[in-house]
Amino acid sequence: MSDVSSKDAKGPDAPPGLVARIIDSDMFHSFLRSRITVLAAIGTLILFFVAFFAPLVAPHDPFDLASVSILDARVPPFWMEFADPRFPLGTDDQGRDIISAIFYGMRISLIVGFCSVFLAAALGITLGLIAGYMGGRVDAVIMRIADIQLTFPAILIALLVDGAVHGIFGTLNREVFSFWILIFSIALSFWVQYARTVRGSTMVEKNKEYVQAARVIGIPSSTIMIRHILPNVTGPVLVIATINLALAIVTEATLSFLGVGMPPTQPSLGTLIAIGNDFLYSGEWWIAIFPGLALALLVLNVNLLGDWLRDALNPKLR
Amino acid sequence: MSVLQIKDLKVEFPGRKSTFVAVEGVNLKVEAGKILGVVGESGAGKSTVGNAVIGLLAEPGRIAEGEIYLHGQRIDSLPDKQKRRLRGRKIGMIFQDPLTSLDPLQTVESQLVETIRTHLALSRDEARARAIELIDAVGIPDAPERIKQYPHQFSGGMRQRVVIALALCAEPELVIADEPTTALDVSIQAQILELMKKLCAERNVAMLVITHDMGVIADITDHVAVMYHGKLVEYGETAQVLGHPQHPYTKSLISAVPRPDIRIERFPVVDYIEKAGAPIRQIDIATHWLGKARAYDKAEGPLLKISELGMRFQVAGSIIRSRRRYFDAVKKVSFDIAEGETFGLVGESGSGKSTIARLITGLYHPTGGSIRFAGQELTELSNRKQILAMRRQMQMIFQDPFSSLNARMRVRSIIAEPIKFHRLASSGAQVRQIVDDLLDHVGLGAAAGEKFPHEFSGGQRQRISIARALATRPRFLICDEPTSALDVSIQAQILNLLKDLQQELGLTMLFISHDLAVIRQMCNRIGVMRHGELCEVAECDALFETPEHPYTRELLSLMPSLELLSTENLETA
Repeated sequence: MSDVSSKDAKGPDAPPGLVARIIDSDMFHSFLRSRITVLAAIGTLILFFVAFFAPLVAPHDPFDLASVSILDARVPPFWMEFADPRFPLGTDDQGRDIISAIFYGMRISLIVGFCSVFLAAALGITLGLIAGYMGGRVDAVIMRIADIQLTFPAILIALLVDGAVHGIFGTLNREVFSFWILIFSIALSFWVQYARTVRGSTMVEKNKEYVQAARVIGIPSSTIMIRHILPNVTGPVLVIATINLALAIVTEATLSFLGVGMPPTQPSLGTLIAIGNDFLYSGEWWIAIFPGLALALLVLNVNLLGDWLRDALNPKLR
Repeated sequence: MSVLQIKDLKVEFPGRKSTFVAVEGVNLKVEAGKILGVVGESGAGKSTVGNAVIGLLAEPGRIAEGEIYLHGQRIDSLPDKQKRRLRGRKIGMIFQDPLTSLDPLQTVESQLVETIRTHLALSRDEARARAIELIDAVGIPDAPERIKQYPHQFSGGMRQRVVIALALCAEPELVIADEPTTALDVSIQAQILELMKKLCAERNVAMLVITHDMGVIADITDHVAVMYHGKLVEYGETAQVLGHPQHPYTKSLISAVPRPDIRIERFPVVDYIEKAGAPIRQIDIATHWLGKARAYDKAEGPLLKISELGMRFQVAGSIIRSRRRYFDAVKKVSFDIAEGETFGLVGESGSGKSTIARLITGLYHPTGGSIRFAGQELTELSNRKQILAMRRQMQMIFQDPFSSLNARMRVRSIIAEPIKFHRLASSGAQVRQIVDDLLDHVGLGAAAGEKFPHEFSGGQRQRISIARALATRPRFLICDEPTSALDVSIQAQILNLLKDLQQELGLTMLFISHDLAVIRQMCNRIGVMRHGELCEVAECDALFETPEHPYTRELLSLMPSLELLSTENLETA
């Protein structure tokens, strides 16, 4: 209705560029209108930046044994007595810089989060598409597996997988495996949500006439699922993935805290909190609290973004 | 004094970028005991007028200018609380869809009694007596018993009667009916219209009927207002406006209405109709890709021969065989379609006509009977290569232009998909050329290829669907209600396009519709379906002039008479 006026001199048929389209879209407008979302987006960007460029941004390399000195152990943050200007947020019991450890730890937390969300989404979308499109027995089998899956909490799965892997390969390769065990066990406990959502949307989409048109042309089921249905069911998946990213980071931290996650040689935020936990009552609170705050900040920002995305993509709430 | 008077109404919807004016400069009057029809195509603003009167404009809409009077009292400026009191008490409302306008969790009685007692100072027993009287008045037999039932226990037509009873509860002075019969079958539509006309006269109620259907206007209204793009273009006595339209838009609208009484060669091309986008660039079909490789083996006998076709759906599953329940959507249907012919299937909803289309195209597997296409038995095909060869020869155009195109694909890839899939072109450049030509040929222009489906209107999308169906170079085209979701003027264009394509390409068509008038314009032979059975098959004119089956006669008698309508611009065939 009102689009005509916004088109520029390129003529009525020239489609506007991608950037112009994004800036012009209702989605971007709703983003700008929600101040807290803008803040969350900026916060998320900063945290992602320091995490992924940790080697460049961090003042020290906390894992370079040559530069870490036990003499610098347990230095408090900058405003307290005995602070050292080299370590703004203090150091841990082995003299590692807390803020650098947080940057590096956040990087591991985020990588684990992204990978597990990706794996869970891939698994869930595939199974959900197949269940929804095929229906009948295939659907029943897949969804019953999903129901059983739901009865196991993520921690239990992680403990089971961890135990099984160590039983088979011994404890030697723990440092190599623990990363993958984490991703695998978090993905395994999160795929059900994707499968259920995608199955529901697929069941709606498969009865639409464009799918029937494709079947009349003779296109095989697999192609219909991938080319026609999949692009039309990704909206809700995107929302779940964003909110799940925050959940996956928390789950990772929980598992690492419990000792089945990342080893102390490659600490994630959870591992750092676990290390700091031992010193919480002896006065060195900063070793646990700062990684904890970083975790809370990261999860909060991602969650706020996810909430906004859910509302923006839901026409009923607009 | 008129019951309802609207003066210079202007309704606008302020948006983020600009304000959309939905209705502007509308002046109307409705007298007691009379029916005023507001007619127009989608986007004309006719429903907005009704909503403005009853004070239920959707956010952020507002009345920007003008006045609305009910019995001389100004109502548009009343505070919300008083407006609410008017609704139901002075103004009754009948909505389009009887399935959703009743509360499924309450009995009809409690809904009626609640409404009556909200507006009239009656005791519970008095309200009950009045509810029974109303249900009786709207023609539901056995009122004292039926009133205790829930809405789902009533059929669609009966439910619409209940909705009418609800609207009449508090003896309103004005009833607004927004597309009251659009969701109903023809046979029920006729009954409901008759009921509305009767009640209006008996109870001396003024009625405002909003519709897109010229048949409804011709049938029941005393006065008619024609709206176009938010403006009132013509207003007057129904017979006068329909018989001697003055405004060019009214003229073109009337000439686009398919007539059951006259068969015309083509719908007249008139102004005031949304243009498809680009002028049709003629391509020489005989030498073009589209026309080539059409040398299918000439079929012996009819191209499509359906015999004893049956389709049974399981409605309740059970391990025990005797407990399973079935529904026969198609029962032993047999008919032939000759090469180059257009065969029409007509019937009310649930008659099994769309199921037949899906059986022929292989979307369903029949539970009995045979389908022979070009001498090949389709139900016995098992070889994938053979199945694909058959699929390529028959294509389908669907009803809903909004769901029949994948919203995430560009128009170009939608149309190119069948060409690529069946490897009908030798190179990417050729595919491109073919898609451009197809888009040109259906009147959209090659530039349309780069856009997404949501950038097109319903009629334009249906053209895309047609281009996609032609992309496999089919010899047999199934049109399943191709125009029932479109406005009449767009419908006329699409029907013209289908006729042209059929002649150029020598297509054989199966044309499915619930609308006898459309069927008459399109088909050579017609089959009438009811409850999964084929009642009658006859030549087009024979069916309309000398129908044999009683059901056909009933259907024909229920068609709204369009004799009032002007026949200017029409050339009969």
